Amino acid sequence: MIPAAFDYVRAGSLDEALERLAASEGEAKVLAAGHSLLPLMKLRFANPPLLIDIGPLTELSYVREAGEEVAIGALTRHHDLANSAELAELAPLLAHAAGKVGDPQVRHRGTIGGSLVHGDPASDLPAVVLALGGSLVLASSAGERVVAAGEFFTGFLETALAEDELLVEVRVPRQVGGWGFEKFTRRAQDWAIVGVAVGGTAGGVGVALVNMGTTPLRASATEARLAAGAGAEQAAAVADEGCEPISDLNASGEYRRHLARVLTARALRSAGY
Amino acid sequence: MKVEMTVNGEAVTAEVEPRTLLVFFLREHLGLTGTKIGCETTSCGACTVLLDGESVKSCTVLAVQAEGRAITTIEGLGAIGDLHPVQEAFRENHGLQCGYCTPGMVMATVSLLAEFDDLDEAGVRENLEGNLCRCTGYHNIVASVLAASAAQHATRAGA
Repeated sequence: MIPAAFDYVRAGSLDEALERLAASEGEAKVLAAGHSLLPLMKLRFANPPLLIDIGPLTELSYVREAGEEVAIGALTRHHDLANSAELAELAPLLAHAAGKVGDPQVRHRGTIGGSLVHGDPASDLPAVVLALGGSLVLASSAGERVVAAGEFFTGFLETALAEDELLVEVRVPRQVGGWGFEKFTRRAQDWAIVGVAVGGTAGGVGVALVNMGTTPLRASATEARLAAGAGAEQAAAVADEGCEPISDLNASGEYRRHLARVLTARALRSAGY
Repeated sequence: MKVEMTVNGEAVTAEVEPRTLLVFFLREHLGLTGTKIGCETTSCGACTVLLDGESVKSCTVLAVQAEGRAITTIEGLGAIGDLHPVQEAFRENHGLQCGYCTPGMVMATVSLLAEFDDLDEAGVRENLEGNLCRCTGYHNIVASVLAASAAQHATRAGA
């Protein structure tokens, strides 16, 4: 499988990437490592005439404490997130989940930014950032704006990212208390049939679901029960409320609902509920 | 588009289409057919090579993305009569059946041993999740990796 022909430019700086993106008027796609984009292009689901490669911009790879938040450069690889002592201390849910994405080879290439802008509800990190109530810093040649994770994922493979924008940084609040992460896969490296991320911050505990709809979803009913003092089993019993999971070759929608309840209970128990 | 990289220690310069995948560049432009093409969907790991020492799936890397980087393929590890310790461990433990997944398994293992010392069986199985053996010959593959890890650990402990 080989992608359709495209033009390719390697951005020498973030400013250059943003200028080229603006000049392309929606024709270009930004290439980080390409572990989400290249498979789409090989299947000809995406046929961008121009790729702007930001992969070499090492200044977009970092994990650093920023007040009550942790700031993560968009080009930070899953491998680096999983092995960051700072992230393990400040946001252990994200560090752990990053170490469970794909397989070692994928984690050596794939980036947090690439994963988030792909907007795949079956990916792990969108749900993790959503559970933690994180935010995304979007840059364009006109400036920057910050979008809450809850407003970023708008549909299947669709996000709030405008055509001339590029995700430069991900921010998550410093975690407080327990956390849990569960995903169920048919084979080790597969996307989750269903996954659950549980993480507490100063704003309360967040519970988010992988692959239970067209976007990553907050398990709002579960969160409400936890806030009212419910234990793991009672809170997890409503984890699938409001979800419309798809039926496909891997699982029926009803099976996904069952998994969501079971996995949420496990993740909540890991988190200490 | 012009691309320059180091492959198995040698500087390489070539003209490629931007859409050329690294695995095709290695096999068809450079004739390094030790790297296999399996699924072409980042799943099976047959195309695993090292990029600056770390395992990657070369079916999901563009040749132009390897600009200025160092690639190592199975041909760059060892030679008949002078095998790399991981190749030797796979030979000693018969860590292959049809052999198609073997170059990818070996390259993934080299990367794995660079990261971890003294792996146990669970660690080997978890960290080889990116490589599939359609013969299901995992038992001896895991034994090979464990032997290579133990040999590395012994060498380091003795050093």
